[in-house]
Amino acid sequence: MSWVLVMPLVIPFITAVIAFILRNSPANRWVSVVGSVLALVAAAVLMVSVLKEGVVAAQMSNWSAPFGITLVADYLSAVMVVITAITGLATTVYALGEIPEETEKLGFYALFQTLLAGVTGAFLTGDLFNLYVWFEVMLIASFSLLVIGGGKERLDAGIKYVALNLVSTLVFLSGIGMLYGVTGTLNMADLRGAVAAAENQGLITVIAMMFMVGFGVKAAVFPLFFWLPASYHTPYFAVSAVFAGLLTKVGVYALMRMFSLVFVGDIGFTHEILLWVSLLTMFTGVIGAAAQTDFRKILSFHIISQIGYMTLGLALFTPLALMGGVFYLVHHIIVKANLFFVAGLARQYAGSTDLNRIGGLYKSAPLLAALFIIPAFSLAGFPPLSGFWAKYLIVKAALELNFWFVTFVSLFVGLLTIYSMTKIWAMAFWKPHPDGIDPTPNRAPPQVTRAMILPIAALAAMTIVIGFYPEPFVQFAETAANQLLDPTDYVTTVLGVQP
Amino acid sequence: MESLTAILIGVLTAAAVYMMLARNIMRFMFGLILLSNAVNLTIFTAGRMTKGEPALVPYGQDAPLTDIGNALPQALVLTAIVIGFGLLAFLLALVFEAYRRLHVVDTDAMRHAEPKEDTTK
Repeated sequence: MSWVLVMPLVIPFITAVIAFILRNSPANRWVSVVGSVLALVAAAVLMVSVLKEGVVAAQMSNWSAPFGITLVADYLSAVMVVITAITGLATTVYALGEIPEETEKLGFYALFQTLLAGVTGAFLTGDLFNLYVWFEVMLIASFSLLVIGGGKERLDAGIKYVALNLVSTLVFLSGIGMLYGVTGTLNMADLRGAVAAAENQGLITVIAMMFMVGFGVKAAVFPLFFWLPASYHTPYFAVSAVFAGLLTKVGVYALMRMFSLVFVGDIGFTHEILLWVSLLTMFTGVIGAAAQTDFRKILSFHIISQIGYMTLGLALFTPLALMGGVFYLVHHIIVKANLFFVAGLARQYAGSTDLNRIGGLYKSAPLLAALFIIPAFSLAGFPPLSGFWAKYLIVKAALELNFWFVTFVSLFVGLLTIYSMTKIWAMAFWKPHPDGIDPTPNRAPPQVTRAMILPIAALAAMTIVIGFYPEPFVQFAETAANQLLDPTDYVTTVLGVQP
Repeated sequence: MESLTAILIGVLTAAAVYMMLARNIMRFMFGLILLSNAVNLTIFTAGRMTKGEPALVPYGQDAPLTDIGNALPQALVLTAIVIGFGLLAFLLALVFEAYRRLHVVDTDAMRHAEPKEDTTK
């Protein structure tokens, strides 16, 4: 059975190697496209087998569970792997239009596939130290993708991004070291029992906080988010779309995994902190967005704000809240990547992302305007788009707990989200172009436009499908949440039958 | 021995934090290197320091004959050192390139990607 789990990892790596060897030939971009399609197939196969069996696990090199490295996929991991493959494919197609040939020759597609491999690995691993290794694979690829193509802006952003992410990695790593010192194991399923059995629960809580800080920086929660708005608006649009869609979500995923599987001994303390952190994240993110006048900077701040909703789902820690958190995670990856895609195409047409210097897109590119509306309103939570269901679940969970303040903040932040989405709409699409030019699609070569609009349309279609037929997705999220709250299946599948 | 390394880790971390609070990006980087070594030592110490033989099984046996040292923390530290080395090398190259292009190592002066500080006040 192990190939089901290994293939989604191996395919991007092989693709990366081939793309790197062929980087000087135009074939390398098609290698990347084919690799992404194959990765999507592998992810779908994994999904099918998880749907059939609940939890799938494989021991690498047949070293039995607590000793070797385990790959494991439950509902949450499986859906994250699938969504990674979808985003990867969409971004690769988008990159065909956006990435110039000289950047391609520097090995853009190889780095991109390595990034996807790192993200997939982080979702699939069942071993804490292995998770660290996948984080590093992902980080080194993201560092290079951030600064590739050069320019003063990118170097400046790159230094801040690299430096702060390295600090967070070190915090995470020392957390791993201390957890190993206390429990003597690194297997996540084994850790659940070992952490609960540990004598010094105070020390466990300290370690839990180290993990929260380490993952919190990656997930960009308050007050650790400042690297994100400093860097996400500088790289190529394809790169910032995949960063916005996937990288922060790896942090959220790791938080969800560790704080539902391992650190559940002192929920009153850890999840209370998470709750306040989430609320502040939602609020500061959206306020930051309101102050910006650049297309991508607004979207970057919105990532932070939306991350708050996901961690809020984890912090409330009821089946309904976690279900909302999982649903939010998936919905947000699709929507946010798509919005960055739209920003890229808007720049191709209108020449800038500064909202004061562009305009008139509604008149000259009505298709793009329509495609912007879908993810933008989904992000703001308009029914019947996917964001509505995500917000509905979270708010309902807060109401069930009688957390009135939480409910108020969630709804208020939703309102401010609409404000900044309408700001983009009014300034980029509605008002006439300040230079008086007509930002026609003809300003970009047709094959560029075609490659860039295809993924936008596909992701927008997915948003609509999730919005109109939420039933299967909600049910899926429910099972995923139940697996997170009661990981007995996860633990027994990884460790074999428990005595 | 453990208390000695624990103190060493503390000293390294303190020095690292002091260095990383500087505006100079080179100092920040040296701080990061110190911190990364402190973390490696943490893993090593957390794996318990015991006297023992190398974890080798003699030919023809199923298990080692004497008490052996714990090989796992060493493997972890080795991995962490290699990864940390790669990342720090990348950071050094990045800082050097930034210095070449932006002509500064002062983080306050690096405002190309972010809005300039409000100097009207």
